[in-house]
Amino acid sequence: MDFILVNIIDGLVYGLLLFMLSAGLTLIFSMMGVLNFAHASFYMLGAYFAYQISIFMGFWLGLLIAPLLVGIAGAGVERYGLRRVHQYGHVPELIFTFGLALLIEEVVQFFWGKSQMAYVEPEVLHFTLFSIGDNAIAAYKVFMIFVSMGIFLTLLYILTRTRVGMVIQAALSYPRTVEALGHNVPMVFMGVFGVGTALAGLAGVIAGPMLGTFPGMAILLGSIVFVTIVIGGLGSLWGALVASLLIGGLTTFAAASSFQFADLLLALGMERPADLSESMLADLWTLSLPQIGPILPYVLMVLVLVIRPHGLFGKRDA
Amino acid sequence: MRKKTFLGLTTALAMTVGATAAMAENIKIAFLEPLSGAFATTATMGLAQYQFAADTLVNGKGGVLGGDNFEVLGFDNKMSGKETLVQLQVAIDQGIRFVVQGNSSGIAHAITDAVKKHNKRNPDDLVLFLNYSAVDPALTNDKCHFYHFRFDAHAGIKMDALTDVMAENQDIKSVYLIGQDYSFGKAVAAAAVNDLGAKRPDIEIVGNELHPIGKVKDFTPYARKIVASGADAVITGNWGSDMVGLGKAIVEAGFKGPIYTYYAAGGGITRTIGAAGVGSIYVVQEGNYNPPASQRISDYITAFKAKYPDYDITQARITNTLEMLARAINTAGSATDINAIAYALEGMEHENLWGGKVMMRPDDHQLIQNVQIAMHTDEGIEFKLDNSPYGLLIQNNVEMAGMDFPHTCKMKRP
Repeated sequence: MDFILVNIIDGLVYGLLLFMLSAGLTLIFSMMGVLNFAHASFYMLGAYFAYQISIFMGFWLGLLIAPLLVGIAGAGVERYGLRRVHQYGHVPELIFTFGLALLIEEVVQFFWGKSQMAYVEPEVLHFTLFSIGDNAIAAYKVFMIFVSMGIFLTLLYILTRTRVGMVIQAALSYPRTVEALGHNVPMVFMGVFGVGTALAGLAGVIAGPMLGTFPGMAILLGSIVFVTIVIGGLGSLWGALVASLLIGGLTTFAAASSFQFADLLLALGMERPADLSESMLADLWTLSLPQIGPILPYVLMVLVLVIRPHGLFGKRDA
Repeated sequence: MRKKTFLGLTTALAMTVGATAAMAENIKIAFLEPLSGAFATTATMGLAQYQFAADTLVNGKGGVLGGDNFEVLGFDNKMSGKETLVQLQVAIDQGIRFVVQGNSSGIAHAITDAVKKHNKRNPDDLVLFLNYSAVDPALTNDKCHFYHFRFDAHAGIKMDALTDVMAENQDIKSVYLIGQDYSFGKAVAAAAVNDLGAKRPDIEIVGNELHPIGKVKDFTPYARKIVASGADAVITGNWGSDMVGLGKAIVEAGFKGPIYTYYAAGGGITRTIGAAGVGSIYVVQEGNYNPPASQRISDYITAFKAKYPDYDITQARITNTLEMLARAINTAGSATDINAIAYALEGMEHENLWGGKVMMRPDDHQLIQNVQIAMHTDEGIEFKLDNSPYGLLIQNNVEMAGMDFPHTCKMKRP
């Protein structure tokens, strides 16, 4: 029982982190129809900026300033890059963001080198908040949960309860009408892109100390973020939240389990062959669930697409 | 106009000849490593250590054969087997007869095969492969040959030394094995199961797990399982960000016992693990230098740090590689008679800069040396790593580790 509880908490931490990344991505996509390949790169930039700031001014100022910087960089990319490319259609946009992802990785390696940065959680949060059985729960993880929940509630409030949110929602579905009503739609786009990338930056700031700050961190999370928004339904904030938690829980429990496929085969009444190299199922006999854990989200994505092509909460085709 | 061109050509030719004549004094050594790409940090640091060792230990002491200098040249193999073979050929075509390499056993296999073939086809133009880091046991077992020498203790020997130390620790009753899901990770786990079974059958292996290499984002669930298993110790062959992620997660999950590793030091890892790993992360390797066994070690490291403030001595074996090559060339009396040099290296006993003696076992060309278990800490560390307050402190020293470690090499000599 302890074990399940602990893993639920771990899954929540990872899931909410994914949510912060996918929330921005799904908003950007639903608004501009752009799949931003460089999204995870902004996450990486957030971690590196925060690391650099934390050296001089401490963790907390990094937490404030780094997402702002990343957001400004993101808005700049939209204003001076994407907007120009936009008129040529979606393919050039895709190529542009893809190139941007490569560029950001090279830039990061140029300034900070290739080895892992010593970006760590602040002293204040460096203690065990409570233990469940022998399992220590670090205070920093609880802090991560609260930050992500706060972000979710704020976003939900802005999008559904404020005038800005209504303009954004209207611009999502009827950009021309909104423009005709006198709203500056390109400005709204730039704002959404800026906020989306700032969220990715914030995710980087708080994930950097836990998951490591190194040039590979963007690639490591990049593909899983796309899986999340496809499962959740493109453009849906609730979908992003549910899918993130689902993936967080799935990968955590898969890695924590000690399920062997051999047990399943034995239960099916098969006998373990003496010489595995001869057997058709040689791989299955030696495989365990943690070994295939990282591919499970992709399996889930395929299943969701087969059963519900819109994703769990989506309104349009993926 | 024509006359001018001719004059220019002659000058250029004369200068080339002059340059060649001047360079002929140098004995060139090809350093075949990934000098670009994801692993460039390790390789660049290695090249710096080679060039420093060549300058300090060989050239600074009068060179070899009464005045010839060592010159270590970097060749970028981009961590690809194909590029490695191209660069090896480039080096051979430039007249280089000594190749050093160590990052990745896969690349080492490619080089050792290529060198073997080359030497078979060109018996008058031989090449020597000095492997200073690739620790796949096969290189000095089934794949061994006369022109390959390994200066690092291989994975099996390191595990042998580690389990010797663990066997004496009666507090350890159970062990959890975790590693990356590929040949090296599997080899480490297999060696651990085998050695512990032989030395301490009472130690229970409560977990033997492989995780996808470079794919795990969050190591917490693995760490929870390790804590839940009630293991007294953990053994892992992880390296790079997989090592940092795993190490931090295990400590943060509340695990109190020792975590025995192969590669949890240097290249940013020591600084990143920082305070979290003090007293729990152990590294099994050769040539540890805290506390330094002699004034000579202190002087050497101080001089190195003065020249390369951002780098550390992470591969102590590099000094043995160059010093022993220099001695072998002097014994052979020639830098071109590769057979004589290889015979001189076989069975050579050498005073290790880092303390103790080393011996090149003639039967399989595996260097036998002291292997230490060192602890990640900030207390009593004279020479720190990554410009952090932390470093490795020697806990146990296994003298001449693997002296009678069995091998399957059938060496054919010319």
